[in-house]
Amino acid sequence: MQKFSGFSLIRQALSGHQGWQAQWRTPEPKASYDAIIVGGGGHGLGAAYYMAREHGLKNIAVLERGWIGGGNTGRNTTIIRSNYLFDESAALFDHAVKLWEGLSQDLNYNVMFSQRGVLMLAHTVHDVQSFKRHIHANRLNGVDNEWLSAEEAKEFCPPLNISPGMRYPVVGAALQRRGGVARHDAVAWGYARAADALGVDIIQNCEVTGIRRGVNGAVEGVETTKGFIGSKRIGVSAAGHTSVLMAMAGVRMPLESYPLQALVSEPVKPVFPCVVMSNTIHAYISQSDKGELVIGAGTDAYTSYSQRGALHIATHTLDAICELFPMFRRMRMLRNWGGIVDVTPDRSPIIGKTPVPGLFVNCGWGTGGFKATPGSAHVFAHTIATGEPHKINAPFTLERFRDGLMIDEAADAAVAH
Amino acid sequence: MPLSRTERRGEKQMLLIACPYCGERPETEFRYAGEAHIARPSDPSALNDDEWVDFLYQRANPKGLHVERWRHIHGCARFFNAVRDTVSDRIFKTYEAGEPRPDVNAVVADILAKESER
Repeated sequence: MQKFSGFSLIRQALSGHQGWQAQWRTPEPKASYDAIIVGGGGHGLGAAYYMAREHGLKNIAVLERGWIGGGNTGRNTTIIRSNYLFDESAALFDHAVKLWEGLSQDLNYNVMFSQRGVLMLAHTVHDVQSFKRHIHANRLNGVDNEWLSAEEAKEFCPPLNISPGMRYPVVGAALQRRGGVARHDAVAWGYARAADALGVDIIQNCEVTGIRRGVNGAVEGVETTKGFIGSKRIGVSAAGHTSVLMAMAGVRMPLESYPLQALVSEPVKPVFPCVVMSNTIHAYISQSDKGELVIGAGTDAYTSYSQRGALHIATHTLDAICELFPMFRRMRMLRNWGGIVDVTPDRSPIIGKTPVPGLFVNCGWGTGGFKATPGSAHVFAHTIATGEPHKINAPFTLERFRDGLMIDEAADAAVAH
Repeated sequence: MPLSRTERRGEKQMLLIACPYCGERPETEFRYAGEAHIARPSDPSALNDDEWVDFLYQRANPKGLHVERWRHIHGCARFFNAVRDTVSDRIFKTYEAGEPRPDVNAVVADILAKESER
């Protein structure tokens, strides 16, 4: 792997940037692998990387139907935070934030992780009570989170409208200063480059069409558009298409897939210093380093694999944005798109074993999977490599629905999640 | 009528849903209510835990034809069922709650055949 550094940049500049190599190979699939990851998003590529780096598995393939990072990794609003209520969630998401903090160095790839702070706005008495409960729970778990008055929130984010005449006035906010954003494409590319350097085969344009199981029920490999590929260990990391893939192995999942929308504005000079989220009136906004306002809207009401959302969903979010930030009322929106998110009944992910021996699944991240990418990938790699869950993902089993051990962030957040 | 720019580009704006009681209305009058024809167990105490999981949580979530419940919440407020393609979001058929599950492939094949005749 060609190392990136200031020195290599200067050297390449002197030779007219002709010496850069491809960042990963384009291999043809081998007949078999020690482990196969289905899905070349951040979670899948990261799992392959950590399996190779920390568990010594070298013969790994990542199979991607389209191009790496072309699914939800490249479609989200890049918000990173870990201020979740329950102990299990806080441990999982804060594991991710800690890995984010060193990720650019780990991968020798600038993922542009920027801890500019995530401000969650409270508009009602219920919000205030709920957020303060979160803050206390977070602090007990060692996760930073603090309460700001409306005036303090405006000081932290000057474009914010805190006028009492608003339809839903801002009455305060919770601030996680370690939260922020990262460059989503760079996360996929950085993991792909680092995994490739450790010998992982990244096979793009290779759709899995079947999962082959032996007479004892265990997996033997996958049928793909590039032929059969054998493996005794298969990790499915396919977000919205998890139900479709698991059905190939005869496993029914507690998942429903919905289109989630995002949109960006025309690029402008730096005007927005942090990430602002409002669950109650449904607005998520930050500014990318390119200058676009990156805005997250809601899911459509019904399940769909269409990768686009209805116009009234985006309009609803823009209503809230215009009310919260009156200076954005004349901005023009450039693009909107959708990604297919797989939602569990308790809105917590499923990372672990399945009833099929050798088949593992990492899914159910719903509308908030990007923030967890390194943590999720790290514990999923541990689960596939050792056959048993890491202590952080041990509560996030498929069986928790049977056993009544749900991690009910859905009931807690009280919003579309 | 000529197609609008978004229609030409294949972008959806909002669904038009034919309520079997009220006729075609915009999506915002309706509420989605999940997969249809999931019958509540007639003898609940006879179910084991896995069967409860299947009833309560596991869903078909297909990429393709889906039979689902809708409620015309801002209209007649009644529940009904629909057959929708989850890739194109096209609704092929709506029918009253209580009617048996239709043969979805036959319904769609019939509609597509009629369209190709035209």
